Amino acid sequence: MVTNVTNLSRAGLYDWVVQRLSAVILLIYALGILSSFVLYPDMGYEQWKAIFSSSFMRIFSLIALLALCGHAWIGMWTISTDYLTNRQIGSSATFFRLAFQAFCVLLILIYLIWGIRIFWSIE
Amino acid sequence: MPIWHINCVMDWLNVKDNRPTNININTIKFPLPAISSILHRISGVFIFVGIAFLLYILELSLQSESGFTSVLVLLDHFLVKFLAWAILAGLLFHLIAGFKHLLMDLGIGESFEAGLLGARLVFGVSIIATLVAGIWIW
Repeated sequence: MVTNVTNLSRAGLYDWVVQRLSAVILLIYALGILSSFVLYPDMGYEQWKAIFSSSFMRIFSLIALLALCGHAWIGMWTISTDYLTNRQIGSSATFFRLAFQAFCVLLILIYLIWGIRIFWSIE
Repeated sequence: MPIWHINCVMDWLNVKDNRPTNININTIKFPLPAISSILHRISGVFIFVGIAFLLYILELSLQSESGFTSVLVLLDHFLVKFLAWAILAGLLFHLIAGFKHLLMDLGIGESFEAGLLGARLVFGVSIIATLVAGIWIW
C-alpha cells in the first residue's frame, strides 16, 4: 500500500469527481475537433485558423487543456501507485514511483505552457 | 483479476505483506472486461505521451500558411500516417472505454452479464472506429 499522498486534491472523492468531469470535457472537445475533420475534409489554413482563433474555441481549448492536465495527472498517479509499489517491484519502489511522478508533472507542465502558447498566439 | 483489484482488496483487508500472493500474470485468467480495463490504462499512458505529437502538429498548422502546408506534407509520409493512426486508435479506444465507464458510474450495465456485453461492445465499436479512422487517414 502506498502511504505517501501525492494525488491531485489529497482526497480520493475529489479526484474521482475531477477525473469524470474532465473526461466529459475532453470527450466533447475531442468529438468537436474530430467532427470538424469529417464535416470539412478539404479545410484550408484560413478556415482552420478561424476555428481556433474564435473566442469560444480559445476558451474551450484552454478549459480542455486544463482538463487534460488534471485528467492525465490523476490517471498517471493512479497507475504509478498501483504498479510502482513495494509489492510489485520491490523495496526501491518509492524512488521509482516518485521519479515517474516527477516526470509526469514535468510533461504536464510542458503541455500546459506549450498549449497556452499555441492557443493564445494565434492572430 | 487485474492486479490493482487484488491490491485494493488486500489493502482493504489490511493483509500483511509477508502473506503469499499470486500475482503471476501467466496463471491469472483475464476475462474480456479485465483486458478492456488494462487496455484503458495502457491507451491512457500512450495518449499522454502522444499529446506531444498532437501539440506539435497543431502548433505548426496554426503558425502560418506554409506551416499548415508542411503539416499536410508531413502527414503524407507513411510513418507519420501510421503514428497519427496509432494515436487516434488509442484515443478512440480510451474515449469509448471511458464512455462505458461513465455509464457504469451512472449505474448502467453493472451486472456480470452486462459487464461482459459492455466489454464486447467497447472492443467491437473501437475496432470499427479504428478501421474507419485508418480508411480516413489513407
